[in-house]
Amino acid sequence: MRENTLLVKIKLPTATQVQKLQKKSLVSYIYIGEPVNTTLGSTSRIQLNDSYATVKDIPEFVSKERQARNEADRNLITTSLKVDENTKMGIVTDVKQQLRKANALKINYSTRKVLKR
Amino acid sequence: MAKRAAPEINAGSMADIAFLLLIFFLVTTTMDVDTGITRILPPPVKNKNENVDVKERNVMKVLINSHDLMLVNGKPAAISNLTQKVVDFMSLHPNNKSYPEVQEKFIPGLGKKVLMSKGIVSLKNDRGTSYKMYISVQDAIAKAFNLMKDQESLKYYGLKFDQLVDPKKIKTVNKLVPIRVSEAEPENVGGQ
Repeated sequence: MRENTLLVKIKLPTATQVQKLQKKSLVSYIYIGEPVNTTLGSTSRIQLNDSYATVKDIPEFVSKERQARNEADRNLITTSLKVDENTKMGIVTDVKQQLRKANALKINYSTRKVLKR
Repeated sequence: MAKRAAPEINAGSMADIAFLLLIFFLVTTTMDVDTGITRILPPPVKNKNENVDVKERNVMKVLINSHDLMLVNGKPAAISNLTQKVVDFMSLHPNNKSYPEVQEKFIPGLGKKVLMSKGIVSLKNDRGTSYKMYISVQDAIAKAFNLMKDQESLKYYGLKFDQLVDPKKIKTVNKLVPIRVSEAEPENVGGQ
């Protein structure tokens, strides 16, 4: 029941203090990780919907996601960041800055739940 | 032509087949539950020179460098005791200069003024920090705030925070323990 085929390898980090994402219809996903296709090298890439993207594509992605929702729900969209645990923070920070600019302020760092560290 | 009975298909094993199919789909369907740490990003700044002045004693600086090493207020620290440090930092000490200032705030849910710490946890990381480390730090800080929520919740309602059902009470506790974590603009010092 995945919405997207993953083009990047993602092994989510673990955390103890996790919350469940409430409304799935109001969640949009951004994936960051190494490409699955090894011929593309090992630099971390961003995946939006079904294709690779750059940091610059994020504002457009956000506005498209907004338009796909009801007018009343537009401010309730959560952006779920599915990021591989070995990614460097640089690219994640860039993405976060773009999300701030695009006014998509509610984010969720996707993690797996573990009970004890 | 002699009338012959139409041959019947043996349907005896039909139930078995249906059951097998059911089990097959049960096993192969994945339902990924999305879990994670939810945060609200600060709104974009219009005027870049406009810095909010915060007193030194009100800020707990957490720095992570590109080698995933952590400094808390200039001293090396480990994730294992970060939670404790945050809880201690945010605790109320009205007359102690080495703790953050306190202020009275009106909480509508309780109908009275309550003393609250003005402390802020400032998180700063390098571009080369690994996401895993960043999440562990966020997790440790989240744990601290959840502990404080439990404390407040026990104090006023006699229940732990996650056992509260009334949305009004949950809102009140969230007001009592705001998640005061600030993230600084990124820096590139350690190289990638």
